[in-house]
Amino acid sequence: MPTTGNLILDTVLYTLVKFAGFVLVFAMGVATVLTWLERKYSAVLQNRIGPNRANFGKFRLGGLLHMIADPIKMLFKEDFTPDTPNPWMFRLAPFVAFVPALVVFSVIPFGPGEKMMVANTELGILFIFAIASLNVYGAVMGAWASNNKWSLMGGLRISAQMISYEVAIGLTLCGIFMIYGSTDLQDIVVQQGQLLWGMVPAWGIVTQPVAFVLYLACAIAENKRAPFDVAEAEAELTAGYWTEYSAMGFGLLAISEFVEVVLIGCLGATLFLGGWQIPGVHGDSVPLVALQIGAFLFKALFLIWLQMTIRWTLPRFRYDQVMRLGWRILLPLALVNLVGTGIVLTLIDRK
Amino acid sequence: MAKLTNRIQPDMIMQSYLVEAFKGVALVTRQFARNLFGRKDIVTVQYPEDRRPYTPRFRGKHLLTKRADDQVRCVACMLCSTACPANCITIVAAEHQDKDIEKYPTTFEIDLLKCIYCGFCEEACPCDAIRMDSGVHTLPTLTRRDQKSGKIDLLGLAKLSTSAQGGEFRAHDHAGTQHGQSTPH
Ligand code: SF4
Ligand code: SF4
Repeated sequence: MPTTGNLILDTVLYTLVKFAGFVLVFAMGVATVLTWLERKYSAVLQNRIGPNRANFGKFRLGGLLHMIADPIKMLFKEDFTPDTPNPWMFRLAPFVAFVPALVVFSVIPFGPGEKMMVANTELGILFIFAIASLNVYGAVMGAWASNNKWSLMGGLRISAQMISYEVAIGLTLCGIFMIYGSTDLQDIVVQQGQLLWGMVPAWGIVTQPVAFVLYLACAIAENKRAPFDVAEAEAELTAGYWTEYSAMGFGLLAISEFVEVVLIGCLGATLFLGGWQIPGVHGDSVPLVALQIGAFLFKALFLIWLQMTIRWTLPRFRYDQVMRLGWRILLPLALVNLVGTGIVLTLIDRK
Repeated sequence: MAKLTNRIQPDMIMQSYLVEAFKGVALVTRQFARNLFGRKDIVTVQYPEDRRPYTPRFRGKHLLTKRADDQVRCVACMLCSTACPANCITIVAAEHQDKDIEKYPTTFEIDLLKCIYCGFCEEACPCDAIRMDSGVHTLPTLTRRDQKSGKIDLLGLAKLSTSAQGGEFRAHDHAGTQHGQSTPH
């Protein structure tokens, strides 16, 4: 049947195009630029110059070419496998860390309408939780298979950190589900287009301000970046779970961290900053849709910038402080936020 | 004595971390913007292109000084190699035609990999023949052998020394003092 054939072809092609455009070009692209930008940004704010030497003849482009030079360097370096009983696991780990980080982008709506997400599923945020948590397995596997005590310590710390913060972040986002009554991300974004009291957009950050702060804290913690970098812990564990990685194995682990930065930005923009919504702009003509996609990317980039600045501002926590913050502060706050949201919603319903 | 520490007692707001974190982000952003657009506080020196001047007292790679007639000033007295704690100066002496000078080095070699740049050699030298004010720091080489700096190499950085030799003022040492490149120790 040609029509079905065409339909499948269309769907598959369209999905592939969206995947390529959003995940490969936007997410990977931004992550790649971040590998350079992070160093440059931190350098400039610390009164340094930062990487600026990679050149193409006379063109240095302020060091932008480092993001190309680095992968090339990594591809040609010795790919070292330590003396370990599980070399295949050691090899597999970077992929296990990297792939989930990319896959979760497929349920994030980057524009208005059913079609503006790679995979339209009602699971939405649940899917993200399920898959994104997988990537800790990559780190733990790598840490364990490295046959190195630093790595093992790092691995243990990641698992502990993940378990603590996964609970807190889950409870935090429950507030969002309660308010918008859905786990479908597109649905949540559409509802954020409403106005509260006729003037304030009903963005997540307005309806759930506490949750936004908690989300940022937990998400940065789950991403294992400073100030929560106890798993990597340059100072006490050399490089924690990736001590033994070199060449592209290291490259994959490093870039998956940056992909996660982009993911946290996109998810945060979707849940708390109204996704592609621009207050007062409605409609589905092509320029408007383009504008809304642009708004989404802009919000995501803003959150990425915020994460980067936080990373270079705050001193890192000690391991016990990370645990205390997670269990004693963030988790109770998330619970209080949840109960508070419940009470307010019930009161509103009564009226 | 009581130890004086000026600790800030964190209050509730400070301990909540949120306000402080926000202030920190603001501070960092301000500094970033300033370095990017406004007055630049950047302290990095772009090394191979820009170099910071060394102080005049900087002990760099050794140099052997020359007499006014371009001969090496060293009289191969071995005081420097004796003083050297790293034992890295090798001198082979030979007789000089000039009876007043007596000796000169045929080989004068410093192993710069062993040298600890203590400056004892230049302190020990009675003739102001070896000095370390070249302002050159030892550059990396591909082989160890290249780090042995021979007489030719040391003379390459040579300066004319005009200080009196052997405590005795000799007129011909003073020809060409108008350049006055060096100061007596
Ligand atoms: S600087 Fe010190 S170690 Fe170096 S050659 Fe002179 S005396 Fe020896
Ligand atoms: S102390 Fe001076 S004169 Fe004596 S051997 Fe050393 S460099 Fe030559």
